Amino acid sequence: MATHNLNINISGRLTRHFFTPLLFIWAAPTRAGTRTRTRVLPIRCYLRRASNFSRRFSVVPSAASASGSPEWNIDERFDVIVVGGGHAGCEAALASARLGAKTLLLTLNIDKIAWQKDVFIEKSYVQPCNPAVGGPAKSQLVHEVDALGGEIGKVADMCYLQKRVLNTSRGPAVWALRAQTDKREYAMRMKNIVERQWHFIMVRLVKDMSTANLCIREAMVTDILLGKNDNVEGVCTFFGMNFYAPSVVLTTGTFMSGKIWVGRTSMPAGRAGESASHGLTENLQRLGFETDRLKTGTPSRVDLRTVDFSGLEPQHGDEEVSWFSFDPDFHIEREQMCCYLTRTTKRTHQLIKDNLHETPTYGGWVEAKGPRYCPAIEDKIVRFQDKESHQIFLEPEGRNVPELYVQGFSTGLPERLQLPLLRTLPGLENCSMLRPAYAVEYDYLPAHQCYRSLMTKKVEGLFFSGQINGTTGYEEAAAQGIISGINAARHSDGKSLIVLERESSYVGTLIDDLVTKDLREPYRMLTSRSEHRLLLRSDNADSRLTPLGRELGLIDDRRWKVYQDKLARVSEEKRRLKTVRISGGDLAADVTRLSGQPVKDSSTLESLLKKPHIQYEILDKHGFGNGLLSRAEKQCVEIDIKYEGFIVRQQSQLQQMVHQQHRPLPPDLDYYAMTTLSLESREKLSKVRPQTIGQASRVGGVSPADITALLIILEANRRKAQEQMRHQVLASVRADSNQQSEGPLTETISS
Amino acid sequence: MALLPSLRSVITHQLHHRPPPPPPLLSIASFLFHKPKLRRTTCKNLSFSFSSSSKPITLNPLATPKDNTLVFKKDERLVADNGESEEKAGTFSTIAAIVTSIGGPPGAVGIVRLSGPMAVDIVGRVFKPVKKKKKKSSGSGSWRPTSHVVEYGVVLDRHGNVVDEVLAVPMLAPRSYTREDVVELQCHGSEVCLRRVLRACLEAGATFAQPGEFTLRAFLNGRLDLSQAENVEKLISAKSVAAADAALAGIQGGFSSLVTSVRAKCIELLTEIEARLDFDDEMPPLNLNLVMDKIHAMSQDVENALETANYDKLLQSGLQIAIVGRPNVGKSSLLNAWSKSERAIVTEIAGTTRDVIEASVTVCGVPVTLLDTAGIRKTDDIVEKIGVERSEAVALGADVIIMTVSAVDGWTSEDSELLNRIQSNKKSTESSTPMILVINKIDCAPSASNEWNKVGNSFNEHVFTCAVTGQGIQDLETAIMEIVGLHQIPAGGRRWAVNQRQCEQLMRTKEALVRLKSSIEEELPLDFWTIDLRDAALALGQISGEDISEEVLSNIFGKFCIGK
Repeated sequence: MATHNLNINISGRLTRHFFTPLLFIWAAPTRAGTRTRTRVLPIRCYLRRASNFSRRFSVVPSAASASGSPEWNIDERFDVIVVGGGHAGCEAALASARLGAKTLLLTLNIDKIAWQKDVFIEKSYVQPCNPAVGGPAKSQLVHEVDALGGEIGKVADMCYLQKRVLNTSRGPAVWALRAQTDKREYAMRMKNIVERQWHFIMVRLVKDMSTANLCIREAMVTDILLGKNDNVEGVCTFFGMNFYAPSVVLTTGTFMSGKIWVGRTSMPAGRAGESASHGLTENLQRLGFETDRLKTGTPSRVDLRTVDFSGLEPQHGDEEVSWFSFDPDFHIEREQMCCYLTRTTKRTHQLIKDNLHETPTYGGWVEAKGPRYCPAIEDKIVRFQDKESHQIFLEPEGRNVPELYVQGFSTGLPERLQLPLLRTLPGLENCSMLRPAYAVEYDYLPAHQCYRSLMTKKVEGLFFSGQINGTTGYEEAAAQGIISGINAARHSDGKSLIVLERESSYVGTLIDDLVTKDLREPYRMLTSRSEHRLLLRSDNADSRLTPLGRELGLIDDRRWKVYQDKLARVSEEKRRLKTVRISGGDLAADVTRLSGQPVKDSSTLESLLKKPHIQYEILDKHGFGNGLLSRAEKQCVEIDIKYEGFIVRQQSQLQQMVHQQHRPLPPDLDYYAMTTLSLESREKLSKVRPQTIGQASRVGGVSPADITALLIILEANRRKAQEQMRHQVLASVRADSNQQSEGPLTETISS
Repeated sequence: MALLPSLRSVITHQLHHRPPPPPPLLSIASFLFHKPKLRRTTCKNLSFSFSSSSKPITLNPLATPKDNTLVFKKDERLVADNGESEEKAGTFSTIAAIVTSIGGPPGAVGIVRLSGPMAVDIVGRVFKPVKKKKKKSSGSGSWRPTSHVVEYGVVLDRHGNVVDEVLAVPMLAPRSYTREDVVELQCHGSEVCLRRVLRACLEAGATFAQPGEFTLRAFLNGRLDLSQAENVEKLISAKSVAAADAALAGIQGGFSSLVTSVRAKCIELLTEIEARLDFDDEMPPLNLNLVMDKIHAMSQDVENALETANYDKLLQSGLQIAIVGRPNVGKSSLLNAWSKSERAIVTEIAGTTRDVIEASVTVCGVPVTLLDTAGIRKTDDIVEKIGVERSEAVALGADVIIMTVSAVDGWTSEDSELLNRIQSNKKSTESSTPMILVINKIDCAPSASNEWNKVGNSFNEHVFTCAVTGQGIQDLETAIMEIVGLHQIPAGGRRWAVNQRQCEQLMRTKEALVRLKSSIEEELPLDFWTIDLRDAALALGQISGEDISEEVLSNIFGKFCIGK
């Protein structure tokens, strides 16, 4: 039965995409043999032309799944169901739909898709941090998702209020683009994309036809439908609807058993009557999933119109704007807004010290500790007594919204004290508060219950992604979303799942950390989490991941050409810089002056670029640059040349390590039986069930000696298995030859 | 042999895309053996391109749809530029160790073995074959040995000094014990030679092998048979015991505490820098000069440790101990007793020893050269006079001076005069050679030890001996070890290995710090510094293998007021 479905599924999928008679020849007549046959031609062709075809032909109504049995035409059957319409959910649904899977996106409120904000006004997506996208390490995630064919980068590029590149005085590996975005516009854009609307772009109109097989429906999922083999079959909603699909992605964010705290007062993070989503947590627990609780907080919002900015230090955006997306079609400059900087005063500190007993942590009624990278203002004041003042950032939340985000000022104080506290800040003396600061507690599912493909270990076809896995931030959510979306689609299609290795990307690092390490706080990506920072830069996210996106089918022809052209220009330019030589002249003088190093006669431009403080702009200034290159491309050239030695060294170190670390571990190892492992590592390894040796070595409490012991056991097992197989083969060969010599030939064939 | 045709059909069936290989059993084995490799390549390509999966999926029991495709894509921009040389780096690093027994009496020949993908390269860096005249010189300098052909030559250290003459035995993969490239250097059997050769190899890039690691590799590479696996496991569990032992021993050791403190400094600097990378706008700017000072101080620490690491210096030259004293106090007897030989002629006649006599002993694994000198006195005998001059010169150049006096005579004025002469000589050359007072012939005059305390100030130690019975020699050795700072290393091989490892850690740290300094000089941005700092911290933390990222993060959050 299983294979039967699979076959129909594939041919159905293919017909939707190719709509070509040729395919029918291959797919239709051989029901049973489809799998092997289709493989020969059409998939290759799919690989090369997928996006091409889908753009041209997916206009064909999705009902064209001609070759299925009647039940497959019922609306409630899908290839992939995505639950939750936040950042993870949107990326997952889009990726899955673009891969050709008939996808259903279930969200609590269609109007609030990708809504960046708050439980108070909107319950479909709790995201208590500010509407900024990017920043150190997070920007790399955005670039990487974009390189794979995701949306977050494009949307952020379209809706920014302000953009700045952080860490510019450091090396290229830690340059970080951060954008303040317009929260309303952001949600609207994303919703439009998801709803397969046109998105309007100044340059030209792009109709994203690939979302033709994405349906959206408002529903509250309360349970998972299980099949016989511990596989997911669909979801069940509050109002008793069942939706069926072989892959389900859960991205329910902080919504599970959410609880909001303001001072001592708490309420469930859902409207009255929506407590049903508590059911999901319990039902997951009933299935044997372990849940745990995390806490995070958000500062208050003030009315922008009541703030006096005149005395505050403004923070302007960059004059020359950088972009998240590698797709130049989305590089549309807009007018930027300003952020402001204020500081806590003596009065602020005094007010907090006087009322410490009113805060959850110091009052002692909430034990859960918040994230270390997001401490409440009272924590900062208590822990760093010697600091007289702390920076507070005032960030607008949109072009047409009055809310101002008071970054760095989250607090657990009761609401009545919050306004007086805000008014101790310079510039906010007369402010009015639109929303109080609050803390949220919520359930998450420790991600060691997932494989690195984000599929759960317990239930085949069920994927977790986003905050539900214990992360925080849109970027982390989007990164998991696209991976789970890809894998959900591939799973429904009977294909192998993909895993991005830790060394390949921040996305890979993120997921590897999540499924391997114990979380103490909501997980936020930081550059220090990556051992290979220098190789995982923003500028090379496309050359690292776009080829993969293309292979998967998420990068269309136009985008692929854009990428290849860029690559060609960069490498051509590097070749040019290697060959063009100069002797003396203004350029040489300038270089000598700036770098403090002499320039030899007939130096190549490349050698100049390698000197300290020499940037490509110098070449431009003296007419030695290449006008055809964009700023980003020049940056690529400069980085590749300037840091070549380092990059090559890191690359070779990585290569050495990778061979060892990527050795796969069989999924069914009985760690408890391995007496040569330490007790602790037996326990931890059984819990985490790592997929590779490298992952095993990163599990807390597993020592290098344990890894060696593990290697020995693996090798011993392999030998045993090999021995057994050899016996079997020999036995069967012997049996075979016996039969051949003894029995009649026909008998063998008929059996 | 009726088996064969059907056997072939089995093979072709399984291997589809390959031409049918020559039949015999062996090829089945090799097919089975290579299977993991096949799978790994499948994994690399996405299964979209069915090029690699032309073997039917049903035949591979493990390739269910659940199977994950691992993706490690290379940076295309990088690959396009220098798409070469990745095959060189094999599965493992290259390890080296002394594989003949040490600690006991030296054998005639000792062996340093290297194994790993870089073994030939590394030996090529330290080994210079002594060329036959007519052989064409293969200019480039890279050593390209023929497998299993012995070559004669010398091992050079980093500065190009000859360390030892050796026979190099290359055994190229897979025809070797570990199935990797293996090179064995057969050196002279003395511990000093062996350690120096090993050191040269480590400096050239090899890693110090863990106990049992050669056997482990042999096993993992399919060389040993299954029944031997158990033994390997035992070896490895012994290894963790040894590691725990070493860690315990390390708590007191000077090296160990240094390693810990340098590592802590690395982490501290990493914390400072990384905090600024992740929380740029919330942190006060970093005082670069301060950081650079710290880095310099740290590398100075490491340098000093490496330089003064006594045993290290001792390994290169051994200890020179001069035995001086008035005539006929028993210097030569002491030498004979110590070296358990009749090296020096002993008579009742004062002034028997005219020239400097050498004898070699090993103290706690350190080679010691004993120098027996002519008794120092005013003399008219022209030969003896030269002898006395030589004695003084030798005393000046020695690492430790043992001044011998006779318990029978007590402290005499001649002794005082002699002491003064030595001390004034020391002053003029500004040397601070430690001195030990040996009160010999204790058997003839069991005098109270108090008597000697008053002269003891000029000496680092005083020891009572009886050269005739050998009494006190043990104390003397202990005293010497204490003075040169080796007292914490007990005799025997294992503890030595611990220090050797720490020494290797320090060496790696030093390399990382040298690179770091050059990054600073080249004015590379701050985040590049972290790469080498991390390397240094890693090199120093290898025994316990902890997670640096988490440690740094905890420090960042603990130390700085950050986060919005």
